[in-house]
Amino acid sequence: MTPAGAPARSRSVAIAGLLAAGFVLLALLGSLVVPHDPLAVDLAHRFEAPTLAHLLGTDHLGRDILSRLIAGARTTLGSVLVVLALVLALGLSVGGLSGMLGGRIDAVLMRLCDVFLTVPTFVLALFMIGALGTGLVNVVAAIVLSHWAWYARIVRGLVLELKTRDYVLAARIAGAPRLAIFVEHVLPGVVPPLAALATLDIGHMALHVAGLSFLGLGVQPPTPEWGVMINDARAFFWTRPLLVIWPGLAIALAVLAFNRLGDALRDRLDPTLVAGRGL
Amino acid sequence: MLRFVAARLALIPPMLLGVSLLVFLVLRLGAGDPALDYLRLSQVPPTDAALADARAMLGLDRPLAVQYLDWLWRALRGDFGLSYATRRPVLPELLGYLPATLELAGTALAVSLALSLPLGAWAAGHRGGWQDRLVRGIAVLGVSLPNFWVAFLLVVVFSVGLGWLPPLGRGTVLHLVMPALAICLMSLSVNARLLRASMLEAAGSRHVLYARLRGLPEGAVMRRHVVRNALVPVVTATGMHVGELLGGALVVETIFAWPGVGRYAVSAIYDRDYPVIQCFTLVMTVVFVLCNLAVDIAYAWLDPRIRLGREAA
Repeated sequence: MTPAGAPARSRSVAIAGLLAAGFVLLALLGSLVVPHDPLAVDLAHRFEAPTLAHLLGTDHLGRDILSRLIAGARTTLGSVLVVLALVLALGLSVGGLSGMLGGRIDAVLMRLCDVFLTVPTFVLALFMIGALGTGLVNVVAAIVLSHWAWYARIVRGLVLELKTRDYVLAARIAGAPRLAIFVEHVLPGVVPPLAALATLDIGHMALHVAGLSFLGLGVQPPTPEWGVMINDARAFFWTRPLLVIWPGLAIALAVLAFNRLGDALRDRLDPTLVAGRGL
Repeated sequence: MLRFVAARLALIPPMLLGVSLLVFLVLRLGAGDPALDYLRLSQVPPTDAALADARAMLGLDRPLAVQYLDWLWRALRGDFGLSYATRRPVLPELLGYLPATLELAGTALAVSLALSLPLGAWAAGHRGGWQDRLVRGIAVLGVSLPNFWVAFLLVVVFSVGLGWLPPLGRGTVLHLVMPALAICLMSLSVNARLLRASMLEAAGSRHVLYARLRGLPEGAVMRRHVVRNALVPVVTATGMHVGELLGGALVVETIFAWPGVGRYAVSAIYDRDYPVIQCFTLVMTVVFVLCNLAVDIAYAWLDPRIRLGREAA
């Protein structure tokens, strides 16, 4: 980067960090600050323009849009965080096993990954929902099952590289058990680049959750979720485009914040690792 | 080069076999009972006798391995069975919808490349200037906006507001503009950013310095040594984007009433119409695999070590 661009860059990263922290706080504590009950139907006040009582107006059932957006942060971002935790757990264990043990186990696990990576991610997620059924829990499972192989592959690659380092060889010669070597010497090298990749993927996965819900395959109404809100608003979109615009803006801002943060992390930690993935 | 292509081709059948096993097993061991769903979609009350009949008819009473081999053998000859919902053969029905989806995803890919390459090169050429900042800004936004939401915004502006573009349907080039733009935004942004970065990297490398020192004209240096090398990561990334573009097409089709596989697949998934889900997953995988084969070949052609048969280890 040019020196002149550096302050603007760190400022935008700081803003993104604040925004991301704000979204996480909303997801955790949103129920304390919602102005109205996000599920309360009030047909007498449908399609209200923004007022002081309803800062962003009301939807086709008279529900407060701001409250639904805040509650939606919990559904959308909460499910993404669960997905991420599961994907990291699966990726670390499969990739770690594969890389540490090598040999036949490595070959079998990697062929399994190959099969999962052969199907386009979104098609695989759709297929998993077809097998498991719709709903929030199944969407989480579908996205985990369509993403874990990427992580297993990357973890394995990192493990193989770290295994050749002198300090790991020294630990092996000293007779340390393989599990101890993995936990004490390899894992610390795997975590930072993985953290950058995971942060970058938060946005990507949020788009998947919202996209599946938008198609009516994910979170089911009346649960407040950003993709569901866009799907709900579709029917009235010609006359009331604002109903579609608010939840989309929420998704875009959240994804933007986490992407910016992930970029910054990646630039600091390892510029070469994640670049090839391109997404 | 031929050996390289043959090696890549040989990898495809075992991968597809693996996917077919995955698709078969997950659906069979998944949450539902195909016989029950078959009866539901046929609107037959699920009595014990009806369930037993359906199981026998669908062959679900046989051992799992026999079912798989039988299904695989038929699938290899293009017979994926009848849709539970429409009672028509699945593959012809799916292939009827497929061209519209491929047209959309293909256009999106073309638009992505046609816009991202000049944008990336422009940004690299004006490093640090307003052009660079503009392109980087577009790229940051492009990977963050949900494609289905962008589609709605485009309709608001260009159909509702300006009345320039038709909001629904397929037919003319004008119908393609908004869905293709909405889908390609992600790939466009990633490619522009990637080309910018790799052009800057290539421009700073020693072989480019040497080319300049030899007194090659600037145009030739750019063409032969900078752009050509910088394209390699873009080609790799494009292979990954194909999946994303296909997925985008499936989502955006529902907004523009685009007659592709998206709506067909989504209703099949909603209905748990197993034969359609199986066929859809496999056909999309084949499309994806073939696109990636094309990308691998393009990649090999760009890399002289592979093109000239001296494969890098």
